[in-house]
Amino acid sequence: MSNLSLIVVLLVLLALGYQLGMARSRKVATVNADLRMHSRPHHYGMMVGLWAVLPAFFILLLWLWLSPAVINAMVLAQLPAEVASQSADQLRVVSQRISNLANNFGVVADAAQWELNAAEHLRQLKANSAIVLTALMAVIAAVGMLFSLLKITPRLKARHQVERVVKALLVLCSTVAILTTIGIVLSMVGETLKFFSYIPPTEFFFGTTWNPRFSTVGVGEQGNFGLVPLLSGTVLIAGIAMLVAIPLGLMVAIYLAEYAPLKLRNTAKPVIEVLAGIPTIVYGFFALVTVGPFLRDLGAAIGLDINATSALTAGVVMGIMIIPFISSLSDDIITQVPKSMRDGSLGLGATKSETILKVVLPAALPGIVGAVLLAASRAIGETMIVVLAAGNSPALTANPFEAVSTVTVTIVNQLTGDNDFSSPQSLVAFALGLTLFVITLLLNVMALVIVRKYREQYE
Amino acid sequence: MRSAGSRHVLPAQTDFNFNVTDKQMSNSAPVKISAKDVKVFYGDNQALHGISMDVYQNEVISFIGPSGCGKSTFLRCMNRMNDTIEHCRVTGSILLDGRDIHEPALDVVQLRAQVGMVFQKPNPFPKSIYENIAYGPKLHGLAERKADLDDIVESSLRRAGLWNEVKDRLDQPGTGLSGGQQQRLCIARSIAVSPEVILMDEPCSALDPIATSIIEELIDELKQNFTIVIVTHNMQQAARVSDRTAFFHLGNLIEIGNTNDLFTNPQQKRTEDYITGRYG
Amino acid sequence: MTIIAENPIKTVVHPSLVQQKVVASLSRRHRKEKLFRRTGLLAVLISLALVAVLFINIFSKGMPAFWQSAITLDIYFDPKIIKIPEKPQQQADESENDFRQRYLAWQTEVGFVNFNRLITDSLQKILPDATKHRRDLARVVTSGERFALRDMVVADPAIIGQTRTLHLLTDANIDVWLKGNIDRSLPDEQQQLSPKMRQWVDQLAADGVIQNRFSLALFMNPDSRSSLASAGLAGAFMGSFYMMLVVILLAVPMGVAAAIYLEEFAPRNKITDLVEVNINNLAAVPSIVFGLLGASVLIGWFNLPMSAPIVGGLVLSLMTLPTVIIATRSTLKAIPPSIRQAALGLGASKMQAIFHHVLPLAIPGILTGAILGVAQALGETAPLLLIGMKSFVASIPASPFEQASALPVQIYLWQGNELRNFFEARTSAAIIVLLMMMISLNGLAIWLRKKYEKRW
Repeated sequence: MSNLSLIVVLLVLLALGYQLGMARSRKVATVNADLRMHSRPHHYGMMVGLWAVLPAFFILLLWLWLSPAVINAMVLAQLPAEVASQSADQLRVVSQRISNLANNFGVVADAAQWELNAAEHLRQLKANSAIVLTALMAVIAAVGMLFSLLKITPRLKARHQVERVVKALLVLCSTVAILTTIGIVLSMVGETLKFFSYIPPTEFFFGTTWNPRFSTVGVGEQGNFGLVPLLSGTVLIAGIAMLVAIPLGLMVAIYLAEYAPLKLRNTAKPVIEVLAGIPTIVYGFFALVTVGPFLRDLGAAIGLDINATSALTAGVVMGIMIIPFISSLSDDIITQVPKSMRDGSLGLGATKSETILKVVLPAALPGIVGAVLLAASRAIGETMIVVLAAGNSPALTANPFEAVSTVTVTIVNQLTGDNDFSSPQSLVAFALGLTLFVITLLLNVMALVIVRKYREQYE
Repeated sequence: MRSAGSRHVLPAQTDFNFNVTDKQMSNSAPVKISAKDVKVFYGDNQALHGISMDVYQNEVISFIGPSGCGKSTFLRCMNRMNDTIEHCRVTGSILLDGRDIHEPALDVVQLRAQVGMVFQKPNPFPKSIYENIAYGPKLHGLAERKADLDDIVESSLRRAGLWNEVKDRLDQPGTGLSGGQQQRLCIARSIAVSPEVILMDEPCSALDPIATSIIEELIDELKQNFTIVIVTHNMQQAARVSDRTAFFHLGNLIEIGNTNDLFTNPQQKRTEDYITGRYG
Repeated sequence: MTIIAENPIKTVVHPSLVQQKVVASLSRRHRKEKLFRRTGLLAVLISLALVAVLFINIFSKGMPAFWQSAITLDIYFDPKIIKIPEKPQQQADESENDFRQRYLAWQTEVGFVNFNRLITDSLQKILPDATKHRRDLARVVTSGERFALRDMVVADPAIIGQTRTLHLLTDANIDVWLKGNIDRSLPDEQQQLSPKMRQWVDQLAADGVIQNRFSLALFMNPDSRSSLASAGLAGAFMGSFYMMLVVILLAVPMGVAAAIYLEEFAPRNKITDLVEVNINNLAAVPSIVFGLLGASVLIGWFNLPMSAPIVGGLVLSLMTLPTVIIATRSTLKAIPPSIRQAALGLGASKMQAIFHHVLPLAIPGILTGAILGVAQALGETAPLLLIGMKSFVASIPASPFEQASALPVQIYLWQGNELRNFFEARTSAAIIVLLMMMISLNGLAIWLRKKYEKRW
């Protein structure tokens, strides 16, 4: 929390620097009345504020990043030799215990004297670190502010400096999205490689059995990590979802874009789009307590054996969720088909449906394919509906009435169980995540390229 | 100078409720389309203030006038293309071969098969050249066999003067043709359903001069089989292609008559101002 | 010049023949037209019906859970049971710290009091044969209510020796029994309540001692496993609140800044093209992948705490960022270049033109996009499960760094509770709360869009 107060202090400094800079620039302006100041007073103020705050802030970040490791190393260096000679994994447990002791949290079993000593040492180091950091930041902020205040002359291009900083900030923000992607790829590739050191990739990608066991069972029994049943379950559910969503979504889009009176269009469109805003957990619950039992009873009535939690249940509900994706995107795309196309067809004596089916839809086809691909990618990556309604049974089956499991469900299961984080049982989640990421990436990029090409065609 | 009777001049402010006819033309050719007091409203805006005129069989008649004068709107009334515009309301009567095109028994599909249309911007479908031409005949079931369809496609393209240019690439997309070729493709497309009247809405406005002159020659050819109504903002074009010309201004039909007379000796001040370039 | 009439022209179908054929095809084609049109209308109606079914289903299930069985009891705060020292007062010469320690010690003392006795004593007065069924007697009121009594004593020790009429929540199973959420004809061994208890409860309900009252517990309490009837959403709500705070403070400004750079400053080249594709793709990456990112990078590498709203907020911020960027960019794109040119023409720098003239015009659009992004983040569940927010938290988090749950995760936890016939309704109620929050957020966005909608 002290870091938070440091940041508050920095903000106060920013305001102070701003005021001082403004005052100073006004003074400089009156002294050099014959010279025109390059920038407006508030630019000088901003400049001084930034000089005061930015370097100190960087120091803060650097300190927060590096100091825990340094402090940890210093604590470990003071440990008795027989403790310090343990393996890295054991040392991690030791430092965790020490840090818990230092924070006055409880630890399992009584603490040894050397542990208490180390904890006291840690507390001391942390307190010292905070003092040093505060002092360092104070000095740097003061120097920065003084330096910039003295720099103010009529010819100083304060606005340029400020704008350069702002622009750098903007650039920084726009790299976050890229860093996220890189972070996703790097972290998942790293963990996946670790996983492949336990289980060969061929066994993962082509294995037809999924039975990972628990990590506590022992090293001899690793279990089976076959991706195929999960992937088949994913595809089965996504396929059912698309079977529900494509005809409904497309017909909704066509009707609303081509036939519906304005009033109906203006009410029905947002109402249907509500479906897209409902959290997926709500759909999952709906599938679990309403749709599943309904389908089971329906199946029983016509002599079919349908599980309440099955690929069908999850697929149907997911399809409902996806309707608005397909309908809104297709609606946009259909309305982009130029009116001259419709006129050309109607002018030849085609009926409206003939025009739609034979001219408008073929013209809009690429865009609609793009929309469907985006929807498919969403269906494949959807988690909560399948977690609740698909039955979580990793069986290799094409029967939609049976319970299945998917890639996403398995990720959740493997990471929320009691598995050790570095066991293959946990690491496999990242291999699954990477697989999912790559599949959806391909679908998304394909869809984006198709849709973009389509848009350009009619621009 | 004035050839009396060769055209009927409308007074500047009139009730336009009487039928504007041309006795000389009517002697030689029967009336194909007869419009009486046609008014068009877009919502609360009145775009046409009661137009009455006749179009004769196998003539080329052109509508001229400054933009926004209602000439295109009136053209689109003739095959009820205005139906596709929301809030658009048409009153008055338009008779095609003596039959009201708004009468419930007459299907708009049938009407449009009879009165074809070519649009301002070439609008070939994103299909092959062959499919573009075959589209109409297939819709209306005009060909039972593939060979019949081939015949229709070939003869339509020939009549549009496009056959030799495209006969080797009938399976390629119609959108790949040049602007002038695209427009001829669209003309061929409407010919393929053998309409009786072809409406052309500024068919050359998006084309270069050479392509324009080809289309103009084509119009001259087509006149033998079809009645052609053409809207143009280009007065020279009207003078070159049409037998008769009608001048529209602010939603009114100002003057209608033989093209030659109208251009050389306009009866109305507004017509004269327009054709001499005072406004437009 | 092209030869126009290309001979030989084969004969075309004669116009009158065409008309015959057209007329012949008409009825068939109009039938198809009607069919097609009706199919479209049907699709729209089905979709609307699905929206209606979903909402009616959730609401009909969840609304009853906002009212909960509560028993009205005269509780005598018996001094013989509540034997505690006097409430400590801060002495003049006492330090703040010493006083707090003394006060905490006193609170602990109060915590040792058997408040259940107060409840059972009071129940004995209205249930004649109570002494024979001590176990049932202790189960009438849900166990969490003893803390309510304790808090009353802590707040005002003068209450000891007095009698207060209180509405106390009954056990969850009693609520289930009275609402008819369990089949009353089931044999004893399948019932959750003993026969004696069922007889009591029906009697008390008939006497009006047990009534359905609006359930404040649902809103005021954190989750609970020991006292199911008093499990509430307050903890999850605060968790979600902190996460939304993080999203608003991080994703929104960052997204807007990124959009400004990409739309206004960035050169158009291969790199910005790549950035654009990357952002569009990121917007479509499954949310669970962001959860994996959080688990491995934020928790694994940066050692941030598990289950903390700050981590959840960071993950959701990364997830929301592309949404905000895309919305902001399209808003900026819609602002005509003439405004920028006008500012530049007056000698403003590009930065000034954008921050003084373009950005103010874009604010409604940016807000709309931001709100929709926040709403999306609010409903997200899967990534939170992976960063440990699935664990049971029985307290209301006081800061974003403490363990917490979130509204959608709470829904996930409740739907999995074994006491199905109590929690199905309570889960639906939680969903209603979540949906109401999302609807108000979306409503706000729509209102903003309508209010400031400008056509250029």
